[in-house]
Amino acid sequence: MKKKKVVMDAEGIERSLTRIAYEILERNKGTDNLIIIGIRKGGISLAERLREKISAIEGTEIMSGTLDITLYRDDVLTTGKRPEIEKTYIPFPLDHKRVVIVDDVLFTGRTIRAAMDALMDFGRPELIQLAVLIDRGHRELPIRADFIGETLPSSLWENISVNLTDNRDADEVVIEEG
Amino acid sequence: MNLSRKDMLGIVDLPREEIDLILDTAESFKEISTRTIKKVPTLRGKTVITLFFEASTRTRTSFEIAAKRLSADTINISASTSSVVKGETLIDTAKNLESMNPDIIIIRHSAAGAAHILAGLLEQSIINAGDGAHEHPTQALLDMLTIREKKGTMEGLKIAIVGDIAHSRVARSNIYGLTKMGANVAVCGPAMMIPRDMDQMGVSVYYNMEDAIKDADVVMMLRMQLERQEKNLFPSLREYANHFSLNRDNIKLAKNDVIVMHPGPVNRGVEISPEIADGPSSVILEQVTNGVAVRMALLYLLSGGRK
Repeated sequence: MKKKKVVMDAEGIERSLTRIAYEILERNKGTDNLIIIGIRKGGISLAERLREKISAIEGTEIMSGTLDITLYRDDVLTTGKRPEIEKTYIPFPLDHKRVVIVDDVLFTGRTIRAAMDALMDFGRPELIQLAVLIDRGHRELPIRADFIGETLPSSLWENISVNLTDNRDADEVVIEEG
Repeated sequence: MNLSRKDMLGIVDLPREEIDLILDTAESFKEISTRTIKKVPTLRGKTVITLFFEASTRTRTSFEIAAKRLSADTINISASTSSVVKGETLIDTAKNLESMNPDIIIIRHSAAGAAHILAGLLEQSIINAGDGAHEHPTQALLDMLTIREKKGTMEGLKIAIVGDIAHSRVARSNIYGLTKMGANVAVCGPAMMIPRDMDQMGVSVYYNMEDAIKDADVVMMLRMQLERQEKNLFPSLREYANHFSLNRDNIKLAKNDVIVMHPGPVNRGVEISPEIADGPSSVILEQVTNGVAVRMALLYLLSGGRK
């Protein structure tokens, strides 16, 4: 049987996101020109939760969007299967905006490279920051996160999955042998 | 999921799941055309050739824009300015193009089966952009995308296709596609423009416009293809228009929320009156917009990664 270990439970995830929300506000000195963008699919609900938290803390609504990076992947035509394309939703120009991109797990960094290239096609942001729930190491590109829930050194043959549930009580991060 | 084919030659052998895959992908691609920078890098380094032996503005431009928005390089060849006028055969032209290593060749030809010949001969992916009176698969796909967007589904809809069914590759491809997607298709036109095998295609046949469009959810008007008419197939354009033109009177027979489609170019006052073509029910220009998205989806799904 595959070994499976829960490394973060619902409360842990909630606390991490609360801290990251405060860190984002602290680093950006508030919500002026702030935009949260979730990367499909793992970053979508995390981005939504961060948006909720930041809006609640500051008492003001902030803008958010979703990004599918598939068409910018460096292996999009070389993998055997054509990956499914989902909708991107960024209905505003990103010129002069402070963009925080959100993903669940930071691994090789290739997804983030693709995400940054994609965002540049929506304008010229003032800056781009990266928030991730888990940083598992093994970078293949010079990329780092600005806001990290937890750093989890992992081996390459392990799988790390972030499972978020709709009512949030059974959220967990698990690490499995691949 | 992948397309199970190298080429896109027709709707006839395209399973329902693959139609859904193409339409879903196209829906996601639509957003790219609304960006400030209307381009993604996906097909960088791929070469797409359009080889058109028949006149076209919409389809050729649409394919070219689709390829460019995916960052492919495009080369357009039209018969009138190519070595075809010096007598080169289709197969020789194709073989020579193949030697320049393109990745996808898009062909329109007046002979049914022209795209199939290239597909059998060449390693490249071939997309049929219309072969004689046979098939025009990308037109049917963009029509299906438009109907799905407007109506949510094709299942159970009454869709009337009116005009010269016999000469229409648009009608044929749409009949194959729409019946697969569960629509009830009614075809209508003068008797000599309805092929005899129509009932075997799972559609109902009407010779009277009013019956065909009664309670229709979608009315698809076909262009009267004057260039494909043999002499004396009908007595006069005016008589045709009297019986088979969509106008402000007979459109009232269709459902209130009917959408009116036309593959273009429109013969105003022949198959459709101008106030209907430009009216609130018309989705003719949305069809054109969807054409780019559908072709982007096909270029993406047919590219690379095949062993």
